[in-house]
Amino acid sequence: MRMTRASTEKSRSQQVIERRDFQLLLDALMAKGYRLIGPRARDGALVYDEIAAVADLPVGLTDEQERGTYRLKAGDPERLFGCGLGPHSWKKYLYPPELRLWQAQRQNGNMTIVPEPHAPERLALIGMRACEIQALAVLDKVLLGGAYVDRAYQAQREQVLVVAVNCGRAGKTCFCASMNSGPRASTGFDLALTEVLERDRHYFVVESGSKVGADVLSAVPTSPALEADLQKANAIIEQTAGQMGRSLDTHRLQEMLYASTESPVWDEVAARCLTCGNCTLVCPTCFCTTVEDYTDLTGETGSRVRRWDSCFTMDFSYIVGGHVRASARARYRQWMMHKLATWKDQFGTSGCVGCGRCITWCPVGIDITEEAQTIRAQNEAKQDTGTRRKKTS
Amino acid sequence: MATRLPEAASVTFSHPDPMVPHLYRVLRTRWDTGDTFSLELTPEQSADIPQFEAGQFNMVYIYGVGEIPISISGDPARRDTLIHTTRAVGTVTRVMSKLKVDDLLGVRGPFGSAWPVETGRGKDMIIVAGGIGLAPLRPAMYRILAHREDYGRVVLLYGARTPADVLYRKELEQWRSQFDLDVFVTVDRATGNWRGSVGLVTQLIGRAPFDPMNAMAMVCGPEVMMRFTTMELKKRGISGDHIYVSLERNMKCAIGLCGHCQVGSLFVCKDGPVFRHSRVEPLLTKWEI
Repeated sequence: MRMTRASTEKSRSQQVIERRDFQLLLDALMAKGYRLIGPRARDGALVYDEIAAVADLPVGLTDEQERGTYRLKAGDPERLFGCGLGPHSWKKYLYPPELRLWQAQRQNGNMTIVPEPHAPERLALIGMRACEIQALAVLDKVLLGGAYVDRAYQAQREQVLVVAVNCGRAGKTCFCASMNSGPRASTGFDLALTEVLERDRHYFVVESGSKVGADVLSAVPTSPALEADLQKANAIIEQTAGQMGRSLDTHRLQEMLYASTESPVWDEVAARCLTCGNCTLVCPTCFCTTVEDYTDLTGETGSRVRRWDSCFTMDFSYIVGGHVRASARARYRQWMMHKLATWKDQFGTSGCVGCGRCITWCPVGIDITEEAQTIRAQNEAKQDTGTRRKKTS
Repeated sequence: MATRLPEAASVTFSHPDPMVPHLYRVLRTRWDTGDTFSLELTPEQSADIPQFEAGQFNMVYIYGVGEIPISISGDPARRDTLIHTTRAVGTVTRVMSKLKVDDLLGVRGPFGSAWPVETGRGKDMIIVAGGIGLAPLRPAMYRILAHREDYGRVVLLYGARTPADVLYRKELEQWRSQFDLDVFVTVDRATGNWRGSVGLVTQLIGRAPFDPMNAMAMVCGPEVMMRFTTMELKKRGISGDHIYVSLERNMKCAIGLCGHCQVGSLFVCKDGPVFRHSRVEPLLTKWEI
């Protein structure tokens, strides 16, 4: 046995839930007043929506993903969490696509402005993957870490319980391992599950990551995880880490991109990019919003609504005199530079978690890892020529 | 990760929400030029306006139409009224220009960084404005003039498109008549009985009287004007560390959360709008950044 004392202690906090008892975990969460949100198969894709029973999960399904390609298909018939990521991200529950900020009432020359009350719900997010937990940590930095906080996000964030699932399989567009954000959920969860499916046994190794998580777990039949269970769970996660369909070389990435603002690669991407904004809508960290003002038909009530926005639209950068980023080249560059470079300056973390959604859901199959690599190759070639020139002179 | 299980699902914040406007009433309206107007506003729910610094801006909401960032152009020492000067060029400003005395509108702010008027004490101050760019610089002029003895030479260089477009004309004429100010005004195209200087504001920099080794410059105008102005100022010997510019970008939230105003890694709303030129120079020379 290679076990150290520390890992023995850690293993004590790990339990096993048998598959037949899994519904009881869901029941325990509901009994504590949580609305359960989890993965479901709908319209040929995995979405996040309300669940109540194991049967609501995408049981027996898996998916096939490639650039611009997504298909659900049959997998291990018994598996509960065999599907990777779909187009939805959990962001929609904490940072809704549409949110009314306030209403203004105007009557007889008087006006009052009534802020929208925050009404957070107690939500248990079931099946959050490591990359998505990292995405939540990134949003926390963006929306709660500065001088101003997003109040609706803050209110909802405090009501969220996270049941993570360690990935048992990596998709072809996944690259969390190279972004250091997966496939193992190591922090930021209340409970973390690893699904182990064997010929004669189906169970979950459960780690609790908070007092609340431990409380929930105490209401569910569990047994202490044995060394063999832990080893199996570990092997599953390690195998997933070795299966990553893609990787992004982050070595001096920020510096390299800053040196490439005028790279011809941007023109080349722009020739393919439709500026549709799909990548920003499926991204779990994109936080840009716009506001819209409108009145009702009587003209007495005005509302301000905040909506998700995309830096790929023309209007995003409009000021009197014109659009700051009128070309597709500039808009793709803004998006990618923000994700991989300027985000670090702004929030001390990468804006990309390696979930691969932007690759899968790009209608023309633009791949952020590939574009970054192309820019890197060009950058290095340029530097090589530079050094050679210096040497010969 | 849930940290606790609160009993009540309601959250209250002790500070007012920066996203919710406060009501202001129009006290006075004035057309400064053919397309530029000023509104003087008074707060409905308090006696004073919030303390602001020269160069900061507010988000101004017109009922049912929309909200836009507008720099504050009044005197920071005056807390009774708020003054905004803007051009009627967009959806919101066009409706705003039609507001009458006693009409209500929404204001939230002030937001953003300010002109470093305090750190300029002891130096020659050069203020260069193009067009409506004079509006966010006027509070800086007021601040400097209120402590005139603390500064060296004070030079105001102003360029407008035509004589009819000269903003705050009466005030400029009054400043120009003061012995302790150097005010130069130029227009792109002379019309009528204009006897003054014709040409770009950048052409005034060469003959402006100041000591480049002990000077601070504050520049506001169209981005191209600021680019060439800083080039000329540097030619005179002022370092980019002592030149400040004010940038304009699309803004929806003004608190660094909506993403619209990004320039490289900077958020113009919270890191700016006033920036030390040496900080933003590498960005301003890149197309569509």
